[in-house]
Amino acid sequence: MAVQLDFLKGVPFFSGLGLPDLESIRGLVFEKTLERGEMVLLEGEAAEGLYLVASGVVKVFKTSAEGKEQILGIVRPGESFNDVSVFDGGPNPASAQTMGPVLLYGIRKDNMVDILRNHPQIALNVVKVLAGRVRHLLSLVEDLSFRRVIGRVAKILLEHAGDGTGHEPRLTQQEMAAMAGTAREMVGRSLKALEEEGAISLDRHRIIIRDKGALRQIIETPS
Amino acid sequence: MAEMPIVDHKKCNGCGLCITVCRCNALVMVNNVITIIETVECDWCTDCEAVCPTGAIRCPFEIVIQEHRDR
Repeated sequence: MAVQLDFLKGVPFFSGLGLPDLESIRGLVFEKTLERGEMVLLEGEAAEGLYLVASGVVKVFKTSAEGKEQILGIVRPGESFNDVSVFDGGPNPASAQTMGPVLLYGIRKDNMVDILRNHPQIALNVVKVLAGRVRHLLSLVEDLSFRRVIGRVAKILLEHAGDGTGHEPRLTQQEMAAMAGTAREMVGRSLKALEEEGAISLDRHRIIIRDKGALRQIIETPS
Repeated sequence: MAEMPIVDHKKCNGCGLCITVCRCNALVMVNNVITIIETVECDWCTDCEAVCPTGAIRCPFEIVIQEHRDR
């Protein structure tokens, strides 16, 4: 299936380019089709290039030495990932895995550099995209003072716990994130950590508080 | 009746990303709008909520207290 010009026109990197420019870029794009759960790239490996999601969803994450996963972002159609390594020449800064069947359009490192040289007007687009990325990551870095977030999530759970009769409002992870002033991914990680500590257990749509004392201790622990 | 994610049809733009990530076939597209199929296979992974660009799917949690008896 040929890479669609309409798709390339909508990619933030190529915003403002005319059809002849997009045609020349299209020739440098390769397709990659993956199934659910496939690894697109691994953190630390030499970067092949950047990817644009044409269809499906990809999660970008880092893995700690203990094997804990920290999701950095979810990449939807029209968005890109692994662009940093193309521009700074370093290895993949994070891993990427498909969340369902995915069609990717890839641009190899050398080709992306050529594209920038031949179409200097996209440099500002690149700067804007990377600036947005930096802003998002700065916010995540702040939240990765992890104990503060886990304490806030623990507090939200205690404050919103019901008696099981179903009259209390239920909360989504997105709503908990908004209350805690953090990203949805941090709420998910906090819930997993609280479960590992035995303070809560997760049973499908129920968060069961097993140890209120443990939650209070987590809340009171200074960051 | 199994609890299932909730779809706000006013917010749903029919992009179908939720269907691509659902591992239990609980979501189908009907007339360009997402419809939930009740299934016990749904393990509340909340991936559908995570990928939805408009916040149209919600996977709300009930928070209850059931402390361990031996504490």
